[in-house]
This record gives sequence, C-alpha cells and structure tokens, in this order.
Amino acid sequence: MTDSPVRPTSEVPVALELNGEHVRATIPAHRTLLDMLRDDLGLCGTKRCCAEGECGACSVLLDGELVNSCLVLGAEADGGALLTIEGVSMDGVTDLQEEFLAAGAVQCGVCIPGQVMAAEQLLQTNPNASRNEIRDAMSGNLCRCASYQRIVEAIQNAAAGRRTDA
Amino acid sequence: MPDENQGPSSNGQIAGPNRVVGQRVHRYGGVDRVTGAQRYLSDITFTDAAHVAFATVPVGCAAIDAIDTSPAVAMPGVIAVVHADDLPQPVARFGISHKDRPVIATKAVNYHGEPVVAVVAETEDEARAAANAVVIHYTELTGVYGLDAALAGDARLVQDPSVRPGDDLNSTNVLEQVEYAWGDADSEGASSHTIIEDTYMFPMVTHFPIEPGGIVAVPTDDGGIEVYSPVQHPYLLQRTIAEVWSIPLSRVRVIAPDPGGGFGGKQTPRYEPLIAFLALKTGRTCRLVLSLEEAFQMMRRSGCRIHARTGFTEAGELTFHEMQVDFVVGAYADVAPRVMTKGSYVGAGPYRIPRVSINARAVLTNTVPSCAFRGFGAPQVGWATESQLDAGARALGLDSLEMRRRNLVQHDEAFIRGDYEARADGRWHESLEKAAELIGWHEPTPSGRGRGISVGIKPGATTGLSQSMVRLLYDGSAMAYAGTSDMGQGARTLWKQILADELGVDLDLITIISGDTNAVPFDLQTSASRSTVFMGNAVLAACEDIRDRVLELYAEATETAQSELSHAPGQLVTPSGAISLVEAAQTALGGLRGEFVGQGTSRLWGTKGHPLGGDASFYEFNATAIEVEVDRVTGEILLTKHVTVGDVGTEINPLQVVSQDEGAAIMGLGHSLMEQMLFDEHGQILNLGAIDYRIPTFNDVALEMQTASVENHDGPGPYGCKGISEGALLCTAGAVGAAVADAIGTPVRDLPITAERVWRTIRDANCDSPD
Repeated sequence: MTDSPVRPTSEVPVALELNGEHVRATIPAHRTLLDMLRDDLGLCGTKRCCAEGECGACSVLLDGELVNSCLVLGAEADGGALLTIEGVSMDGVTDLQEEFLAAGAVQCGVCIPGQVMAAEQLLQTNPNASRNEIRDAMSGNLCRCASYQRIVEAIQNAAAGRRTDA
Repeated sequence: MPDENQGPSSNGQIAGPNRVVGQRVHRYGGVDRVTGAQRYLSDITFTDAAHVAFATVPVGCAAIDAIDTSPAVAMPGVIAVVHADDLPQPVARFGISHKDRPVIATKAVNYHGEPVVAVVAETEDEARAAANAVVIHYTELTGVYGLDAALAGDARLVQDPSVRPGDDLNSTNVLEQVEYAWGDADSEGASSHTIIEDTYMFPMVTHFPIEPGGIVAVPTDDGGIEVYSPVQHPYLLQRTIAEVWSIPLSRVRVIAPDPGGGFGGKQTPRYEPLIAFLALKTGRTCRLVLSLEEAFQMMRRSGCRIHARTGFTEAGELTFHEMQVDFVVGAYADVAPRVMTKGSYVGAGPYRIPRVSINARAVLTNTVPSCAFRGFGAPQVGWATESQLDAGARALGLDSLEMRRRNLVQHDEAFIRGDYEARADGRWHESLEKAAELIGWHEPTPSGRGRGISVGIKPGATTGLSQSMVRLLYDGSAMAYAGTSDMGQGARTLWKQILADELGVDLDLITIISGDTNAVPFDLQTSASRSTVFMGNAVLAACEDIRDRVLELYAEATETAQSELSHAPGQLVTPSGAISLVEAAQTALGGLRGEFVGQGTSRLWGTKGHPLGGDASFYEFNATAIEVEVDRVTGEILLTKHVTVGDVGTEINPLQVVSQDEGAAIMGLGHSLMEQMLFDEHGQILNLGAIDYRIPTFNDVALEMQTASVENHDGPGPYGCKGISEGALLCTAGAVGAAVADAIGTPVRDLPITAERVWRTIRDANCDSPD
C-alpha cells in the first residue's frame, strides 16, 4: 500500500449554537461536522451513508443553508448556528414529519432525517413549490427504498397545510 | 398450543371488530425514523469498544506472498493485527450451500475488496491509519472477470478443487447447473411460423442500502459471544458463529438492529465470524462500521447472459422456448446457486408453452460474491423471455398486449410442466388488463413516444418455519415476539394490525419484540417476501391460541361449561352475549392477575425430489406498463408513465403495499436504465460510490406513476394475503425495453439501457439502412 497513513495530530476548539443551545467541543482538526455530531456530541439522528457528499443522508442546516455535514469540517462550524433533525423534532413530530408518516414515505428510514431537513429547507425557501421544483430540490437526497413519490406527496401536503394555517 | 399452521387461515375474511387489517396504519417505528431517534447499528454506543478496519489489495485475483504487519503494529492505539496465519488452522470456511468462504482471505485474494488483514485499534481513525500501513506483498494473477474467460477451456479456476471435494464440477468454474425441460422437440418445426433467437445481458448491480452496515461483537463472561449485526436472518448468523467457533447456540446471542435497507443484501454472514474471532482473541468489544464502498464490495446481484430461441405460430402462440442462462455469481457461492436454480425455474414465464428447455449455470468469477437481491434471479431471466415475446410480436405485426393475452395461463392452469408442475395461483389476466387500462393502452401512443407492457413472476418460499409468541397482559395491552427483521418492509406494523383485530387490543397498546435470539423464538429467515404469509400465520395462530386459553380459564373461573363458550376475533361469546376478549381475560385471571401466553407455528415442509425443494407457497405476479419519450439525438430517455399491478391476494396495509410496490418499481428502473458495476482488467471495481455508480433519484421517477393491486383473497397468508415487495421490479426491464424499442424501432438487448446504448442503437440502425 502506498497511501500515506493518516496521523491525527492537532485538535481544535469549536463553539457553536446547536439546535438553539451553545455547545463547545475540542475535536481533531480533520473531523467532519458529521462525525463531530455523531461521535463527539452524541447526536446520531444525522445519518451516515456515503460520507462524501453524494447521498444527502447527513443533511443539516448550517446558518440556514442546507449542507452535507460530511463535507464540512467540524472546525468550519465554529461560530455558526446549526440545526439538526434533533432540533427540528425538539417539540415532537412536526406537521411535515406527520405528513411523511401519513404518506407512507418512511420505509427503512435511514435517509429520512436528511430528507426531512431538505424538505424543511425547501418549505421555508419555496413554500409554493411545484411538483417538479420539489423533485429538483430534493434530488440530492437518495432513498434506496425509493419512497420518492411518497415524499413528494408529504411535502405537498405539508405545504398545503402551512398555507391554510398561514 | 394450536396445530402447526400452514395454508389458508381465516382465508378471505377480514376479521375482528377493530377491523384495522386492511387500513392504512402508520409504520411501526415510524416516529423514531422521522425524528432521527431510530438507532441503527452505527448509532449504538458500546462502552470501551475497539474498532476494526480491513486492509485489502487493489486487484481481483492475487496470490498473497507475504504480509508485513510491523508498521501497523507500531502505530498508536493498535491492539491487534490479524491475518489468516493468526487464525486456527486450517482457516474455517462457511456458507449455506457450499462451505467455500474463508473467515479471512487465505493465501489468495479472490475478488477486489476481500479482506486480507484486520486491524483492531482504540479508535476508528487509528484502525484505518494502521490498516493503511500494513504492507501486503502479492502477485497479481490472471483473474477471470467475465463469463467467456471463466468458461474458457484453459480458464484459471476461481476455487481450488479442494474447496469442493467430491464435486463433479470442481475442475471447472461452473459452481452448479440445472436443466428444466418438457415437451416433444420433434413436434415444433411444423407449428412454428416465426422463430426468434437472440442474446441478452443483465448487469451486475449492487444493493446500495443507505445503511452500509457493520458488525459489533462482544465477548461474554461465559466464553460466549454477542454479535450485533443488521441482518435479515439472525438465526442463520447465530448458527454460523456457533459452528465456525464451536460455541453452543445457547451462548451465541445475535442482536439484529433494524437493517437500514436490506433488499437481500443483508441475509448471509460475511465478516461476522472474523469480527467474532477478533473479539474472542482480544477480549474486547470489536466494532466494524462499513463504508458505502465496502458495502459495494460485499453484496451484489448476479449478472446474467441469456441466449434464447423462441417459436411462435402465425397467431402469436408460443410453440417452444429454449434458453441457455449463465449467471455470473462471483468468487464464493453465498446463495447464488439457489438464485440460479429458482430464477431459471420460472425462466419461461407464466405462459402456456408446449416445449421448454432451460439450461442454467452458476459461473464463478473473481468478482464480489453475489447474493440474494429483490427478485432472486427472476428479473434476469425474465428480461430475456419478455424481450423475446416482444420481438415475436414485432415480427408478426402483433400488439404486445395481445401477445401476452394469447399466451398467459389462466387461473389454475399449469405454466411449468413435467414431473413437478406449477399452476397459476392467481387470476393473472386481471393484473395484465388492469395495467393496460391504467396506462391507456387502447389510446394511441403520443408522437415520439413508445409503450411497453410486460409481466413477471417469482416463486415465493418453498419451505419455511416461523414461530411466534404473543402475550396478552392483564391491563389489556399485548406483546408479540416475532423474529422477522424489519428492514423497511414494515413487518411489525402488520403484526400489530393482526393482534389488534384478533385480540381486540388498541394498536397503541401493542409492542413487538424482534431482533434478539435470546428473547424471540425461531424464525428461519426474512426473505422471499415470505414474512407476511409465514410469520403472519404464526402470529395469527398465537392469537387464536390465546383465545383458546382465555376461554378455558374463563370457564373455570366462572364455572361455565366450556361447551357453552366460543370465541371470535376480539371476543369471547358467553351464554349471555359477547364480551370483549380483554374483559373476559381479566375476569378469567382474577385477583392473581397474570397473563395469557399464546404460541403459533407456521411450517412448510418441502417436497422430496422437487427441483426447488418444494412447491412455492405462492407466486408473486406483476404486470408493468411503461411509456417513454426518447431524444433521438442524445439517446436520453424520459419516462412519461410507469404503471404496475400486483396480484397480492389481500392488502393487509394498503399504505405499505403502495410504498413497497413503488419502491420496487423504481429500484427496477436502476438495472433497466442506469446501474451496472464496472470492472477494469485487474478486476478492480471502477465505480465505487454513489455518483459513479448512480441509482434512481427523485428526478428519475416517471412523470406519472401509479401502482395498483388485484385482490382476490386467494393467498395462503392471513386473510388471504400473498407476499408482495418484489413483484413490481420483476418485469420493469421488459416494459422499459419494449417501450424504448417501440419508440426507436429497434430493441436494445443489453441492460442497462443507457443513453449511450440507445444512441448507438439508433446510429447502427441508420447505418444498416441508409436513407
């Protein structure tokens, strides 16, 4: 093997607002935000699949932007505001999550936290998204159970519900 | 305890005053899944766990000359560095049909990704760093990576003959072969008006579960071991660990967290015996979490080449069908021989054919061992047979729906003849007609588009054993113990529904226990869409057992003659009228309280001599219709409509049926349009990873998609249900292929039908007949 071994050496302090609370951690400099959440902060709701930004399973909102947490270093979140699936679910199941269940969108479930994060971001940025816009916006989140139709239905129903409530 | 129960049970009736069977009940465990609280294997915390990483070589076939572990041993945090020489000799091999897979690569590497060295370290980073530091000296050998290379007379043997002692085929790369035939070869010539002969390819594809998976092994104080693995068959894993390391079953506990997607890829043990060894050797909890790339190197569907020759009368009736079917199974058997046997058994499709001859082989190559994958061999062979029917229809100027109408068997008509015939267990024409209706087959195809319609069939389980236990507790809540792994199909939701109806208990008061061999009775496996039928019948029987016991104790407690009492779903019927079963149970239990425990067993014995080991308990039948638009300049395909109809018997949970059918149908688009594992000349997989490999996304779903069911309550499971979950991908490829051929005028015979293949097909057709 010719690969040079990874030798974790330096550690960095990180302070951020995580789901509304101030959090501090000291992590290896190379640690991704995904691994920091799961391994250092014990928040395993953000799931890990490809770990290279291709599947969307680890989607979180960093300063309001939807990001793959596997492509962001934990250190980069320093000073930021981070929302994860645990934050979304803090007060129980949301209208959107309820629509996921009612539409039959949840099968094995591993991609679902990431789908919920992407869908929540979409509802906030484009509350009147068309079916095609929903498909486009969600296309970075893979689901091997292929609940795609169900998820689109869930997002449409949640959007309709929010328009009625508004 | 009730008699063993197999066959129609409460057949055809939707039971119980609650009537939640048949309702769109939300998924058991759904809330945890939407909130992120669900704990899959890699989310579970183990105190003081050591971490495992593998070292491999970047080729598919090599002799291992020497291994230098010293650079790794010296690295921080390293606890152990283990290779074949460190295991008890000879290194144990395991497997279901063939004990051919070594616990770790022994003297040779037989596929790209086969673990050669395992490193145990304090952290995941340290384990991976040390695995990178291991130096494996190897000599690359000329591997066999394709069918022609594997079947050549002078081909290198993937497996040394000593691995399969006494096997007539052990000096070849053919692992197993079967032959199915019926009818008289002499009679066909006169009756055949048109004969079609062609070769079809089906790609190697990988399961790509969103949870790649992993294993944790915990040594226990009594010399035993606990193995955590998100497997579909916990009891098979328990048996394998016990056999490989000579530990009694009672001291091997398998805990199977819900698999985050299985699709057949998480059935059989692979690295569990090795991780168990590491734990026993180091005395530490050992944890392996796989990367997605490692999951690609652990599971795939067998690729397939099918050569077919088919005869038709002028009216489009099939006269004969011959096939040579070669499955590319990979380096070790896993369950691939069974995939080959079962898939080719139904290779001629659900048709009325006077003469059939199918020769099938499972061929070893230096590639990832293939295993079960949704459809289990049927999609591969069906791709060729359905394409042959369409080619026949084109040659005869016949509509492809009409072609199927003329050949599809009627209810109870034999479609497999010979010594062990199989008959249609459903009214399959209803599914075909419904699919045609839903896609608007009778309406003209819009300009620039093409349509295809196709059918598929798969035998369900041919033997089976599921045992269940149900407890009705004093307060009217209930628990069911059922060993089915809930990997996304939603099995536990159905057990809840059955309990709710049969015991008259609120859905919210029911808990299902699964995934722990120390707590849950035996279940053979979660595969072949069997669970709703087999475990469903076992759960139903356990509920009936409870009602019997309530009746008996109620009679004793109230001094009523048993003959004056009877029970019905959710009820005990007394001389003064029906009361709820829970009320009756409380009266019967009295001041001492306690509970009722019921047991149920569903067992299907095989049939001696049957090529599948027994008759299928049911068949999954599906009709799929697809409409596409093809860009003739780029070859790109736009799916405009996608319809599937399944013959399901009874929908116990319509919401879950739709989820599973849509999921299977879209998964079928993967091998039809985009998915294929690609290898270089060294046997290295070229497209490891999500983007390079490419599975269907939101944007690949048809503009209009609809799944539907035919319910005739004619299945062997509870309330007349059959298994579902695989049907909707059995014939996706056939329908896509027919639609593309309809649109561009020429068929594509190799899957996946990529834009490049379509473009080349159009170009080649134009070259053949220049305007």
